[in-house]
Amino acid sequence: MGKRILIVEDEPHIAESLSFILDRAGYDVAALDDGAQALDQIRKSSPDLIILDVMLPNRSGFDILRDLRAGGPHAGLPVLMLTAKGQARDRSAAEDLGASRFMTKPFSNAEILDTVSELMAGG
Amino acid sequence: MLSWNALIWVCILYVSFLFLIAFWAERRAARGALGWLRSPVVYTLSISVYCTAWTFYGAVGSAARNGLEFVAIYTGPTLVFIGWWWVLRKLVRIGRVQRTTSIADLISSRYGKSPALGVAVTLLAVIATTPYIALQLQSLTLSFSAFSASVEQAEQIPTAGVTAFWIAAGLALFTILFGTRNVDANERHHGVVTAIAVEAVVKLVALLSVGIFVVWGVSSGPADAFSGITAEALRTDEIFGPRWVAITFLSASAIICLPRMFQVTVVENVDERHLATASWAFPLYLFLMCLFVLPIAIAGQTLLPEGANPDLYVLSVPLAEGRNTLALLAFLGGFSSATSMVIVAAIALSTMVSNHIVMPLWLATRQDDTKTSGDVRSVLLLSRRISIGGMLLLGYLYFRFTGGTGALASIGLIAFAGVAQVLPGLIGGIFWRGATKAGALSGLAAGFIVWAYTLFLPSFEGSLLVSAAAIAEGPFGISALRPQALFGLSGFDPLVHSLFWSMAVNIFAFMIVSVLTVPGQLERIQGAQFVDVFRMSEDGPGVVVQRSATSEDLFTLAQRILGPNHAHRLFSAAAMEQGKNSGLPDPTDGFIQQLERELAGSVGAASAHAMVSQIAGGGTVSVTDLMQIADETAQIMTYSQRLERQSRELEETARQLRLANTRLTEISAQKDAFLSQVSHELRTPMTSVRSFAEILRDTPDLDAAHTRRFLKIIHDESERLTRLLDEILDLSFLESGRMSWRRDEVSLTEVIDRALASTEGLRDGTNIVIHRDRASEDVIVTADFDRLAQVFINLLSNAVKYGKADAPEIRIAVTRFGGKVHVDVSDNGPGIPMHDSERVFEKFARLGEITLAGGAGLGLPISREIIHNLGGSLDLLPVPVGATFRVTLPVSETASLSARA
Repeated sequence: MGKRILIVEDEPHIAESLSFILDRAGYDVAALDDGAQALDQIRKSSPDLIILDVMLPNRSGFDILRDLRAGGPHAGLPVLMLTAKGQARDRSAAEDLGASRFMTKPFSNAEILDTVSELMAGG
Repeated sequence: MLSWNALIWVCILYVSFLFLIAFWAERRAARGALGWLRSPVVYTLSISVYCTAWTFYGAVGSAARNGLEFVAIYTGPTLVFIGWWWVLRKLVRIGRVQRTTSIADLISSRYGKSPALGVAVTLLAVIATTPYIALQLQSLTLSFSAFSASVEQAEQIPTAGVTAFWIAAGLALFTILFGTRNVDANERHHGVVTAIAVEAVVKLVALLSVGIFVVWGVSSGPADAFSGITAEALRTDEIFGPRWVAITFLSASAIICLPRMFQVTVVENVDERHLATASWAFPLYLFLMCLFVLPIAIAGQTLLPEGANPDLYVLSVPLAEGRNTLALLAFLGGFSSATSMVIVAAIALSTMVSNHIVMPLWLATRQDDTKTSGDVRSVLLLSRRISIGGMLLLGYLYFRFTGGTGALASIGLIAFAGVAQVLPGLIGGIFWRGATKAGALSGLAAGFIVWAYTLFLPSFEGSLLVSAAAIAEGPFGISALRPQALFGLSGFDPLVHSLFWSMAVNIFAFMIVSVLTVPGQLERIQGAQFVDVFRMSEDGPGVVVQRSATSEDLFTLAQRILGPNHAHRLFSAAAMEQGKNSGLPDPTDGFIQQLERELAGSVGAASAHAMVSQIAGGGTVSVTDLMQIADETAQIMTYSQRLERQSRELEETARQLRLANTRLTEISAQKDAFLSQVSHELRTPMTSVRSFAEILRDTPDLDAAHTRRFLKIIHDESERLTRLLDEILDLSFLESGRMSWRRDEVSLTEVIDRALASTEGLRDGTNIVIHRDRASEDVIVTADFDRLAQVFINLLSNAVKYGKADAPEIRIAVTRFGGKVHVDVSDNGPGIPMHDSERVFEKFARLGEITLAGGAGLGLPISREIIHNLGGSLDLLPVPVGATFRVTLPVSETASLSARA
């Protein structure tokens, strides 16, 4: 049984490519396209890592991260944030809120895999 | 011995003779043939109006009582004419330049044409002159009684009161007849002046005759005549004291300030050079007048019984010697002295009263219709005639009131002291620019009050206002306020005491208040004109008064005051001067000012100013020496106005810059936001492309199905990128306004056909039902076909993509509404919340989980831009089910269509 990853990403093709490479790398991957359901899903499925997009319908990635870090059994989960905006302001906001890593789209698949395995290893 | 009736007849004949002379002189003057009437001799003789019955009879009386004191009465004027003629010359020049009608006018005019000062001086003059007129009546009555006593026809002789009344009435008549024949021509009365000159000769001849008779007829020459005189009688030890100085001062000020003296010296002066002659001739006249005073006094004292009235020695000595003809001549001399004084004083005072009291009141009551109301001249003449009558009546009443008591000289001195209160304001006014109206008024009022309290009222010996007890003990027993020993200053002659206090208070108040107050504009100008009268009249008028009036109005006004002939002459001359051959002169500032001066010659400066101001307005005034200040002020004002304007312009520029900056900041922020959006929208498909491309590259063992799917995704996302770039460019072009538009007659049917055809592919595999009414679509609009089609393609695509329903329908409805056509594109999907009805038109708007128009979010903004460019509008309609977008376009007119075809 591999480690479980929850992808919160509204762009279906991006979610599909991420699912594909992480699945092939041996992770147990689930995907979600709605920000509003993200926290519920995390509690339900208790993933080992979350890949979180910033611009999501209904609830932004930053809001989700803030609530997650606020407390509860999943407050310490590693979170890899993805954004299409890639501005320095977003990066610092993400770091302030406690994002484990912050990556700008378009990303390279190898980079994603390296980062995920790093975070899984506790780094 | 002359009978009473004969005496009356002589008087009447003498007056008729004067009347004829005056009439003849008037006629000559009217013809313009003044000839010797304008001679300096006549001028000098007319000044001798100074020598009244007081000097004629009273000097001898004074000499008999107080020795040489009488000389002081002559010393003052002599000193002024010889030593201070330049003061007179200045007054004469001012009088001529300003067309002064009286001393009240001069002072009022000097202090900003102040009506208040005119009234004050007039009242003072009336009050001070009344006892003087009474004095003349008294002396005339006495002289009549001197004759009556010798005639011994007591039962036929009227009482003193009746005599005085008829004398007063006769004088009033004569004065009215010659003093108020006209009001124009600068208040000059050639007839009266000539008659006065003749009277001057008569009184001189009479006094000299009596003197010569006394010295050579009674005595045997001067040595004999003076032999009976003693040093004690002359009182040389005591008279050269304060009182002598006071009287000299008073007589000196009287020659300047007395209304009648001002009248003959300044107002009646026709030529300034005459003053040069008068400066030696008048003192000579005075010298001759006093030459035989002492011998006559001595003769009276030696020849006449004890108790004879010294004031009548001139008359009683010849009578006692049986020289009836000489006595008659002496009587006529005294008669001349009295009448000339009364006539001139009455003229001067009536001018003052009518110009400073009646005219202002009359003007005030008819504020609005000065231009149209009746003849001002008749009002003026009437008021003067009444004033003359009133003056003589006042004199008569004073005479009756005081009971004809008191020595002649003391009454004269009281009047002198009263008039002398004008002196500080007058002299200060012509030599001190700093003198102000308030100062002059204060000085005059203070001096007048002190004079009245310390001298005038006590002269009634308790029968007027101040009781005898109050005079002796002070009012309410306050000894410090005793009228004749004010603040404990006792032991002085009442005249000296009064003069000291009144002049001290007067001068002090005048100077202090002048220093403390600021003169008004007109006051400063008049002050400058008076003080610098010689400089001003050499340089021409220094004053520029800017006013406006029509020549017609001014002419009407002038006619009514100056009379038609004079007004016509004046206006013609002014027109000629302006280079016009006919018609009225232009109402230039200079002409208006000249006219005001001309009018001032008739009604006084204050009234003339008021009248002209009613027509021409008060005017803005500037004077030569104020010009610079005015200039500087104007420059400063212009400069500060310019600064203000520049400052306002700068502020406006700054405001515009701030606005522009705000706008730029907004645009810049919008641009940043847009670029950020574009970046996001571009990165999203690129992420998919890159990610799947890497999968394909890094996964050699990928199955065929996955490979095909991933390649399709890469392809679709690439297309999405292309579309996005196209739309961005499209929008950029639209917004920049650089896009070229076709303007064709476009059929809506064809446009909708094209849009449906283009979106057919999108609808493949769906069960969407399209509803349209082709008949209603038969509308022609002026548009760019491809662009309009683009809008409908976008709207239909959105309807297909977002109009998700179980039985999806798309409805296209066309309605005409006036000159416009509505095209509604509706779906029956979930619709769009109304609060987002404008947001859908924003770039990259995301509504809920959907991104509009091809995912890029630029479709609706582009569509709206296009419709705006076509002169229409694109809106989201509030409908209960689904979403309805409405395109509104103006309908192309068929007429223009066929015209173009």
